[in-house]
Amino acid sequence: MEIQLTLNGKTIQDSVSPDTLLIDLVRRHGCLSVKRGCETSNCGLCTVLLDGAPVLSCSLLAGRANGRVVTTLEGLQEEAADFVGFIADQGAEQCGFCNPGFVMNTLALLRENPNPTDQEIRSYLAGNLCRCSGYEGQLRGIRAYLDSRKPREAEQ
Amino acid sequence: MKPNYKTVNQPRRKKDAMSLLLGKPVYLDDIGPKDCLVVKVVRSPHAHALIQAVDAREALAVPGIVGIYTYEDVPQKRFTNAGQTAPEPSPHDRLILDRRMRFVGDAAAIVAGETEESVEEAMKALKITYQVLEPVLDLHSAKDNPVLVHPEENWRSLCPVGADNRRNLCAAETCEEGDVEGVFADCEEIVEGTWRTQACQQAMMETFRTYTEIDHYGRLHVVSSTQIVFHTRRILANALDIPKSKIHVEKPRIGGGFGAKQTVVAEIYPAFVTWTTGRPAKMIYSRKECQIAGSPRHEMEVKVRLGAMKDGTIRALDVYTLSNTGAYGEHGPTTVGLSGHKSIPLYTNGLEAFRFAYDVVYTNVQAAGAYRGYGATQGIFAVESAVNELAERLHMDPVALREKNMVRQGQVMPAYYHETASACALDRCMARCKELFHWEEKYPVREMGGGKVRTAGVAMAMQGSGISGVDVGSATVKLNDEGFYNLAIGAADMGTGCDTILAQILAECMDCDLEDVTVFGADSDASPYDSGSYASSTTYVTGKAVEKACEQLKENLCKIAAELLECDENEVAFAGREVRRLDGTGSVTLAQLAEKSMCGNTVPVQITYTHSSPVSPPPFMVGMAEIEVDRETGGVELLNYTAVVDCGTPINPNLARVQTEGGLVQGIGMALYEGVTYDSKGQIQENTFMQYRIPTRLDIGKLQVEFAPSYEESGPFGAKSIGEIVINTPAPALAHAIYRATGVWHHRLPITPEKILLGEDGR
Repeated sequence: MEIQLTLNGKTIQDSVSPDTLLIDLVRRHGCLSVKRGCETSNCGLCTVLLDGAPVLSCSLLAGRANGRVVTTLEGLQEEAADFVGFIADQGAEQCGFCNPGFVMNTLALLRENPNPTDQEIRSYLAGNLCRCSGYEGQLRGIRAYLDSRKPREAEQ
Repeated sequence: MKPNYKTVNQPRRKKDAMSLLLGKPVYLDDIGPKDCLVVKVVRSPHAHALIQAVDAREALAVPGIVGIYTYEDVPQKRFTNAGQTAPEPSPHDRLILDRRMRFVGDAAAIVAGETEESVEEAMKALKITYQVLEPVLDLHSAKDNPVLVHPEENWRSLCPVGADNRRNLCAAETCEEGDVEGVFADCEEIVEGTWRTQACQQAMMETFRTYTEIDHYGRLHVVSSTQIVFHTRRILANALDIPKSKIHVEKPRIGGGFGAKQTVVAEIYPAFVTWTTGRPAKMIYSRKECQIAGSPRHEMEVKVRLGAMKDGTIRALDVYTLSNTGAYGEHGPTTVGLSGHKSIPLYTNGLEAFRFAYDVVYTNVQAAGAYRGYGATQGIFAVESAVNELAERLHMDPVALREKNMVRQGQVMPAYYHETASACALDRCMARCKELFHWEEKYPVREMGGGKVRTAGVAMAMQGSGISGVDVGSATVKLNDEGFYNLAIGAADMGTGCDTILAQILAECMDCDLEDVTVFGADSDASPYDSGSYASSTTYVTGKAVEKACEQLKENLCKIAAELLECDENEVAFAGREVRRLDGTGSVTLAQLAEKSMCGNTVPVQITYTHSSPVSPPPFMVGMAEIEVDRETGGVELLNYTAVVDCGTPINPNLARVQTEGGLVQGIGMALYEGVTYDSKGQIQENTFMQYRIPTRLDIGKLQVEFAPSYEESGPFGAKSIGEIVINTPAPALAHAIYRATGVWHHRLPITPEKILLGEDGR
């Protein structure tokens, strides 16, 4: 089937089979940040935004993205760069393979809820597995990022 | 007194952090060419069978299929997949493809084709007829069972590890010191028990994967997500029965390893296809394949007999380990050794005698391999649990009991190959952990109402720093234009940050900025030799090589400077960005030296230093867990885990902390829910992340990590290791806390809510 969608701001057209998954479509179009860590929708590595909301691209048929707006980390480099430096300052990126999914879902969280509590962060990101970090460093990084934004917000 | 370091002991960002966090295409499947052959393996549905017939006609007719290979197409020389220094202690018991299937998931055929779809269709069309045989599934009945896992004549054991394929034995040994039975006869308290640890998956987020091609010199170029580029070269050459010179192995960024990628799990299949067809090929393991045909932790059953006096003095330890290596012997003979040699020495202080014996058996289940902790995790669970049982029996505080018996700095550890605990802050780890955790408050059993109860448990651990007398680490340090340095290593950064840690050591030695150091590795053609990143070796062994290489480079730079300054080399001193005359009359900058090195120069500004250590100084740690058990459901909520670690000098405290937190969480998963189990036919039940649940960020409570550094003279800037030890305390500490809450000692991991609710541990 022929589909058309907006991928990171660009309109793309492609011919896909009915069983093509969104993850394979976006990787085919150069969005290699999107990773597959399982085949059962458990790991969160393949998280992308569909019309602004986080979805698992391994569990979504490419055809379902027809006419919609898909955003991967390739399309959010600037928004992410500011935040991820705080994760780097904790050393919590570790192997990095889960990072894109985790970063995408964190950005989605912060758009929805700019001042989450620790428990809200843990709950929202519960589906983003990480085997290296033990999660605490990621939480410290997010917390440090949120704290760094506070003075700026106070000025506004 | 703490030296004033500029770069070492500082929490620096990993050099590759921003690339990883921004999702740059740096992993195997991001960088391979798009047109390479897709390689997949058809796997045995039987735990034990012989292939009777293969009908590949229909499969070969599938459009896009390039090749289908079975046992008749491969070299008949056995090899091991274990990434170890040659001659490997692991028996040579594998073929690329064998006629005999030894576990559910064993490789029966390789299928190579142009697309995923064609390969999958051909796999369905391939008809293999099996003669199903009786399997050996239980580790207890494996030794001397009439059913042999490896009856073949060309099975070989290269080292004297006590292996005998006619008895299903992969290794066996006994060692003892002191009058073991005499001391036991004189002991007032004897704790005896059998503890069982399960196979666990490393579950690194990036599955096993490899890409292969023939390069412009006709050599096999292998790009793989591996911890061991040099061992991989040797193993592939052995498997393909071709000269080592024909193979070039390199690694890109690695999406986690934890030991899994210390075994050649996926490489062999695309390598065989490329070598046979001349075409580029890749293999990407599915998560399911990782779960059923990976390289998990060895299942072990550890019997402990502990002899003590009423006052708590531990005088004798007798440990027997039965280890299940599964269908193949990767790391079988070596992991088991740590179950005794890295548990018994924790109690060196008053220990008068010990015995440690083991058998490692073949069975018809998934072959085990290397997983963080490497046998120490299993042994420490048993010995630490026995010590906690002793404390409860004597009504002694388990912290006080340990303070009485723990190994102290300067003591010779007979059970640890008579090495001396040259740097040991275990006592300070305990004191600080107790304080940080508020042990006195948390240890008592507290009824919280509604059937909930809170309490705590404790455990100690040790590991090694590299394999003494075996592991080799090398570093090449080169000065370049404008005065920046290249560091080339053969160790593999698998996310741990060793590229950055080793660069920090270089920057400290050469008194330069971390930004002035670039790191390259690992590549079997271009890197200096390194055993690889495993056995907690990289910081301690390769780090020392970096330090030594820098010393030699500084000497050479002084020689060149002396020539430029027209003086004797004794009259100059290296000062980071320049070399100065001692009398203050002149200096040359590093940039000038670099420029000079490229014009009419004969003094090398590239130094390779190779290091190996005759000792393996143990890191030590203490872990304490506070839990809330719901007596109505058997649920365990982890409230707080506090760990204090002595890894010597933490070269990068951030990375050491995150290693610790990550290891603790893996240990928590192992203690409470992770595990590989089999049905009566030998089929794995947990073949996806749906069934094999690893901890999420909702499962871990609060983690508190601190360091109590000692200073290890033989390590770089006093460093020991951190990578593995951190997984060892959660299982015994949690089992202890669960006993406190429920009155039941659980001897079998994982300790699930069902077992807690039923008040039994399945013994």
